[in-house]
Amino acid sequence: MAKVPVQFTLNGSEKAEFVDSGTTLLNALRDKVGDTSPKGGCHQGTCGACSVIIDGELRLSCLTLAETCDGAVISTTSGLSENGVLHPLQRAFLDTFATQCGFCTPGMIMAAKVLLDHTPNPSRDEVVEALSGNICRCTGYEPIIQAVLTAARANSQNAA
Amino acid sequence: MAIRRGRGVAAINYPTGMNLGGDPTQALVHSTPTGNFMVTLSSVDLGQGMKQIMAQICAETIGVPTDRVVVDTADTDTGPHCMGTFASRGTHRAGNAVIQAAREARQVMLEVAAEELEVNASDLETDGQGNILVKGAPQKSISMFDVALSAHFKRGRSISGRGMFLIPRSYPEKETGAMKPSTCYAHACTVAEVEVDDETGEVTVLTVKNVFEIGRALNPKMVEQQLVGGSWMGISHALYETTEPYYPNRDHGGTDFNQYLMPGPGDLAETEIIVLERPSADGPYGAKGPGEMCANPQIPAVANAVFDAVGVRIDTLPITPERILRALKAQAAN
Amino acid sequence: MELRKSYFADVRKDDLHEIGQPRPRSDSPGHVTGKTAFFADRNFPGMLHLKMVRSPHHHARIRSIDTSEAEKHPGVVKILTAKDVPHNVYTILILIQVGPEDETVLADGKVRWKGEAVVAVLAETERAAQEAAAKVKVDYEVLPAVFDMEEALKPGAPLVNEYHGQNYYLYDSGECRKVRFGDVEAGFTGADHVLEQSYQSSPIEHAPTETTGCVVAPEGNDRFTCYTNTQAMFFTLDNTSIILQMPGSKLHFVGGTVGGGFGGKVDVIVEPIAILGAKLTGRPVCFIYSREEEMQISSPRAAEKVVIKDGVMKDGRIVARKVTGYTDAGAYSRHSPYGAQKGAGHYPGPYTIPNVWIDTYCVYTNRTPSSAMRGFGVTIGDFALEVQMDKLARLIGMDPLEFRFINAYRDGDMKAHRQPTEGAALIECMQEASRAANWPVAEKYMAMSSYVKGA
Repeated sequence: MAKVPVQFTLNGSEKAEFVDSGTTLLNALRDKVGDTSPKGGCHQGTCGACSVIIDGELRLSCLTLAETCDGAVISTTSGLSENGVLHPLQRAFLDTFATQCGFCTPGMIMAAKVLLDHTPNPSRDEVVEALSGNICRCTGYEPIIQAVLTAARANSQNAA
Repeated sequence: MAIRRGRGVAAINYPTGMNLGGDPTQALVHSTPTGNFMVTLSSVDLGQGMKQIMAQICAETIGVPTDRVVVDTADTDTGPHCMGTFASRGTHRAGNAVIQAAREARQVMLEVAAEELEVNASDLETDGQGNILVKGAPQKSISMFDVALSAHFKRGRSISGRGMFLIPRSYPEKETGAMKPSTCYAHACTVAEVEVDDETGEVTVLTVKNVFEIGRALNPKMVEQQLVGGSWMGISHALYETTEPYYPNRDHGGTDFNQYLMPGPGDLAETEIIVLERPSADGPYGAKGPGEMCANPQIPAVANAVFDAVGVRIDTLPITPERILRALKAQAAN
Repeated sequence: MELRKSYFADVRKDDLHEIGQPRPRSDSPGHVTGKTAFFADRNFPGMLHLKMVRSPHHHARIRSIDTSEAEKHPGVVKILTAKDVPHNVYTILILIQVGPEDETVLADGKVRWKGEAVVAVLAETERAAQEAAAKVKVDYEVLPAVFDMEEALKPGAPLVNEYHGQNYYLYDSGECRKVRFGDVEAGFTGADHVLEQSYQSSPIEHAPTETTGCVVAPEGNDRFTCYTNTQAMFFTLDNTSIILQMPGSKLHFVGGTVGGGFGGKVDVIVEPIAILGAKLTGRPVCFIYSREEEMQISSPRAAEKVVIKDGVMKDGRIVARKVTGYTDAGAYSRHSPYGAQKGAGHYPGPYTIPNVWIDTYCVYTNRTPSSAMRGFGVTIGDFALEVQMDKLARLIGMDPLEFRFINAYRDGDMKAHRQPTEGAALIECMQEASRAANWPVAEKYMAMSSYVKGA
């Protein structure tokens, strides 16, 4: 099968890969690039565990073809901390005990990051809306909602 | 047609560990040359926090801070046997095995410290901060760092221990059913408050107030995680979940998260969790298994609340709008 | 969350250093940075993908299997059928002497539920495996199926599983696990009211966000490393050893980090066939359930039917309780015979009742085999028991919470399975719930204690 070249920026680094046509971005990231932070929970766009940020927008990498990402700027949870310092969202997920098994966590953090990038001081309803495409089976969601609200408060305090 | 409100209560107990026992777990503990401790297991962390809890149990028993303990699990080449993580057995069974192993390691550690300090091991105690002190004379002390170095390079002692926990298997008596299913039980009582729309049959769980008795909250924040998540799952079971909506008809089963229904972050009940601790006689520091039972009482509490609200009994799970509407229709016909 | 330390303070010491402290979880930093290694995060060069050909029928005889077209499909490396599996008929609880072996790794001559694994296809890519699986031709003779437990127990019902010979599990006590305590019929005769009610559930899926699966890598020395999300490492290793007739020393399982289990990952399903594939090809193999497989193929919580008959007095005492429980095992045992008898040990619930009769049945039907799930053998029983308690309270015009106090078990009370109650705390939970929910009960109930009967 003919391979398709694709180049994109992943967490600030240039990546170039040849992929089979039809390869999902999720599989390209995990199997080709070696970034396993996006998780494959359903491969059909219903769980959100594969969420990544493409050109500033929240996207499901399992429903995104890698070949459509040529030239894109992609962020994943594995690239969120800088110089070993956790992002406020990561810190908040730790501090509020918002992770249990951890499988949904990278996707949750991506969804929350896009929210806070656009809406730095979200209401609870806005947090709920932002997380509503992401499935968690362990926590009952409330700790995750609290983590996002905590991160937003931390951000606004830092900005003040 | 109206939104009607009701509340219901349920009280339950739940056995800790595999039914009828016979489910062993082992643990190995050893120190590194600089006085850190490794716990080696083959127990599985499903997300409930097995690794963290075993570290805290080992740390408490040895007398060191938890961050001095590393838990290595689960690799069958290195970890000794564990029956598995199920039946609310992980903390109880593995915790007891870790305590036994840590006690044995602690004893060697105290013996080495005693030789270094030229006192009897029985006269020593730990301060929980990584030091071993002479009872009544705390100025005479030695760090575990130095004890471990001495054990390794001077005295040729292995600061290590083995732990095994097994509740002997009970075999039910054939005719009477006399048996010992479990050695300790957790308890719970839940009060649920619901609104039922008698036009659509939709149920909204407004509040759940859960009281859980779990023996001992080994790490209260992690207990809270399990109990909050479990309470959510109980409500989910009560109102939403089924792989065969028209059981025993095999059709119409959901194949993804769009079709298999569960409450999302916008559908949460206001949830209150209260924990009581009656330490169990054979639990690690009194702990019982909270992981499963915390998802049980919400189901009947919600069912009873629905009856309180609209006066119909839904005795088939899940309590769907369709079932409620059919019951209301039958009620009106009578 | 609030800890109410005032309860049981006399039997508890709160002088511990590490226990009782809300220490941060050591695994969370890995979770929030995406560094935690789940089994599927292992990738090996040359790894093959395994896909199952599954039965489209609930019950059918397999006349023939033709894999010739599938074998020619580009990328296909190996196709496995029943004859390739050394010990194809197994049951997982054989390790604790609960038989008989009643399930096939790959169907041999018959399928007993829709979705049963028939042929395994190993290919270079997931897509090739999927496409080739669609080219496997299986000729079925469809047989009558039974889905309803009551129908399955009737004489003349289609036989689901020949290894049992009847559509229920045969315990040493007979067709059900029994508990007999006191004289339940005399209890009913002397009761002011008798209420018999029936409760029903349907199967429930664990729905972990991470689906069931494993990645197997040959180590080059005749050993195989299996990265797995099983909930029970040695249980899976030892069963794999039996199924593959391979010494356990050849097997190395690595796991312990699982994306949610809830009981759904205690069956031994993916590992044996993936390791067999790795052995026969000499290549790494991954076998990961699709979301659809997780939802409809992996074992669910069993559907249950619970019939409760109670005798109750006007003053609130339950004097007799008879429970008949039916657990729908689906086509194979897996853990269901154990779950059904766990129910027998759990009824009549946390209440002291002088006359008790319990029968719990494990019934076979032509549906996805059920297995363990959070609250195994108890969850649905508690639903039935506690709705029944509500009905009984209303029947005699009593407050449902006060009614439970009257019957709650306390230390020293003899349970139906003839163990004295120890460490009870139901009363205290109800007292605290009464306060928290502003659901007042009479002072005499708030003054009760689990410690001493009648106090």
